[in-house]
Amino acid sequence: MENAISVSGLVKNFGPTRALDGLDLTVATGEVHGFLGPNGAGKTTTIRVLLGLLRADSGQATLLGGDPWRDAVTLHKRLAYVPGDVTLWPNLSGGEVIDLLGRLRGGLDPKRRKDLLKRFDLDPRKKGRAYSKGNRQKVGLIAALASNVELLLLDEPTSGLDPLMEEEFRQVIAEEARNGRTVLLSSHILSEVEALCDRVSIIRLGRTVETGTLAQLRHLTRTSISAELASPPNGLAELPGVHDVHIQDHQVNLQVDSTQLDAVLRQLSASGVRSLVSQPPTLEELFLRHYETPETAGANQK
Amino acid sequence: MNSFTGTGALIRLILRRDRVLLPIWILFMGLLPLSLASGTAALYPTDAGRQGYIDGLAANPMLVMFYGPKPLEPSLGALVFWRSATGIVILAIITLLMVIRHTRVEEEAGRRELLGSAVVGRNAGLAAAVLAASGASVAVGILVALGMMSQDTPAAGSVAMGLAWASAGIIFAAIGAIAAQLSEGAGAARGIGLGIIGVSFAVRGAADMTDTGWLNWLSPLGWSHHVFAYTLDRWWIFGLVAVASLAFTYLAISLSARRDVGAGLLPPRLGRAVASPGFSTPLALAWRLHRGNMWGWTIGLGLVGGALFGGVADSTTKLLADNEQLKEIMARLGGDSVAADMFLAGTMGIGAIAVAAYGISAALKMRLEEASLRSEPVLATSVSRMSWASSHLVFAFLGPLVVMAATGLSAGLVYGASTGAVFDDLPRVLGGALVQLPAIWVLTALTVAAFGLVPRLAPGIGWGALAACLMLGQVGALLGLSQTVLDLSPFTHTPRVPGGEMAWTPMIVLTAIAIVLMAAGLSAFRRRDIPVT
Ligand SMILES: Nc1ncnc2c1ncn2[C@@H]1O[C@H](COP(=O)(O)OP(=O)(O)O)[C@@H](O)[C@H]1O
Ligand SMILES: [Mg+2]
Repeated sequence: MENAISVSGLVKNFGPTRALDGLDLTVATGEVHGFLGPNGAGKTTTIRVLLGLLRADSGQATLLGGDPWRDAVTLHKRLAYVPGDVTLWPNLSGGEVIDLLGRLRGGLDPKRRKDLLKRFDLDPRKKGRAYSKGNRQKVGLIAALASNVELLLLDEPTSGLDPLMEEEFRQVIAEEARNGRTVLLSSHILSEVEALCDRVSIIRLGRTVETGTLAQLRHLTRTSISAELASPPNGLAELPGVHDVHIQDHQVNLQVDSTQLDAVLRQLSASGVRSLVSQPPTLEELFLRHYETPETAGANQK
Repeated sequence: MNSFTGTGALIRLILRRDRVLLPIWILFMGLLPLSLASGTAALYPTDAGRQGYIDGLAANPMLVMFYGPKPLEPSLGALVFWRSATGIVILAIITLLMVIRHTRVEEEAGRRELLGSAVVGRNAGLAAAVLAASGASVAVGILVALGMMSQDTPAAGSVAMGLAWASAGIIFAAIGAIAAQLSEGAGAARGIGLGIIGVSFAVRGAADMTDTGWLNWLSPLGWSHHVFAYTLDRWWIFGLVAVASLAFTYLAISLSARRDVGAGLLPPRLGRAVASPGFSTPLALAWRLHRGNMWGWTIGLGLVGGALFGGVADSTTKLLADNEQLKEIMARLGGDSVAADMFLAGTMGIGAIAVAAYGISAALKMRLEEASLRSEPVLATSVSRMSWASSHLVFAFLGPLVVMAATGLSAGLVYGASTGAVFDDLPRVLGGALVQLPAIWVLTALTVAAFGLVPRLAPGIGWGALAACLMLGQVGALLGLSQTVLDLSPFTHTPRVPGGEMAWTPMIVLTAIAIVLMAAGLSAFRRRDIPVT
């Protein structure tokens, strides 16, 4: 089977709010797929549809070859889920929650459980209400990671973890990926996605706006160039793929799509380059480009 | 900035968050005595009539325990002050829960930390909750006083009655603030607080039933009764109330200063590092979540309450022995045990309302699990929606059965022991407890239906239905409501046994209604989005 997850044209409305507006998502078996988007973009909603908790208004979704709504109970044996905000029962210990969720899924690996408790430095004897946000998150992570499942659905799983634990999390996920597990990782943290993911989908207002490998996405990014020229530049702003041009006498600052770099450099050298600083493309800019623009995220009314 | 900075802002926050609930219960509580007064005035227009009514009720020590010391004069005001005394307890419960809701629950949810970092003093949250609840109590008191005055009762007595009501609300707001400091969990804080109310009620009841004057002063609930509005109008009691409320609030504040945010004074205990082998099914999880409540109800109401009912039942017969006239009536109605039977059937009916509250709260546990997002990770495992819901429903439906059975057994054994005819009386009393179940199940099932169909409204519908049944059963007849309206309450159809005629048809019909409601709720739950928050 090719794809662990394939979703197309998914629509979900909550009353007047359109949470998903024709979302597409494909996650190949065995890959770690980054799922990015600003708050309210529809990441959690998508994952809940995949879990068969929410019913989509239209569109197709296939999960591990089954229908996420109809086959929920059998599919759930083969996947584990970590919510973005793990809430625990106040009177159950962390260890009990880990065991319960693992057993309800069909069993967990006691060796792996022990190993994860040590790596995440979690005391399993504390009661749910005594854990901090970060520790609750660890309980959720260990409960999911200690099971031998094919697919991990992680919804912003590292919120609340300190940098040390965040690093541990990356290592664990990298190991999972090596062991052939498929991971859908919704995240906010770019460095995390860059470190872990093979492919990335960026969504906004319930739609997929970019999807591809990190290399392909880098291709979509812009290089920023700052040059001092012998004579005033001309025609730069008219070139395709050039943005944010600022010219002051012989000094020019601009951004250019990575695909158009060549043409811009030729145009610059025509005016005689005295000095040139170029900043390599970062994914961050790409994300910011999708994240910025008016904070319409919360108010995506139909 | 001092430790109370921001109290005003927090009070406004509380009023905003409670803007729906607060006016409803203030109006409901505030107007309760008025509705009772107008009903009573219509039914018993004369002093003589009222005196007869009072003597009839006060002959039953159980009712003296419920309503407090009987009025010293048969004036309309004094009678209503006495008869509406259950309202004082309800008001105390409401303000206690309100304070815990706005202190410990907030803290548990982590919102207190959020506020703590804003410009808000350390004690502002506590002070705001107590002040808001006290303010609401005063509002109830004002409505009570105005309502009573509108029935042409003396103004001074009406004011004393309003103050007596407000006093209970204020004192228990302060006691709620103390309870909120003691444990880490809001649930335990509620348990402690309601426990204090229960003890106050029991102490007050015991004092009045046995006429032990000094015992009464140990119970803050007793203070309100002993205002004796419209007869003695003991104003000085309000001085006592003011001093005690301030002292309790001060105690709560100094307790809160001795602990960290989020922590309790009682240290948390560590749990198991590894779950026990059997902890691997939705039912095992439900058992963990429901067992505390089930034990509490089974022991508290079932065993202890049952024994109490059973013990008092026989003494109603003995009391009647002193009253020739009543004895004659009873004899005509069917013999010696009639009074005890009527008493037992009546108390089982009141117990059933309480157990319905338990059934509703057990059903609402599902809603709580959903809204707190705890159901989500469970339903993301290979647990079906049906098995998740059914494992909670086992407790929502069988829990009341266990509690009523315990009540019946305990009351039957104790009553049987006092009459000497255990084998005769035990099955009759147990039967009287068990016939209550179909009506209880209807309310539980209505809550389940609401949970499936309109989850956000489920608590309102469940508790609203219970409040309506309580009103219909307690004061419906007094208000002169028509039988059609009274018939809306499932409890109206419960046969009055022991003593009365057993009727199977209503039992079967009520059970069938419960099954239909439950099925409707479950089938909607299978189809709907989770979580609805
Ligand atoms: N149960 C719900 N009821 C109403 N609106 C919702 C519900 N769940 C999500 N939404 C709305 O749907 C949109 C997408 O939310 P979500 O999937 O949680 O986004 P993300 O996880 O990317 O932050 C938001 O506008 C959110 O307010
Ligand atoms: Mg989210």
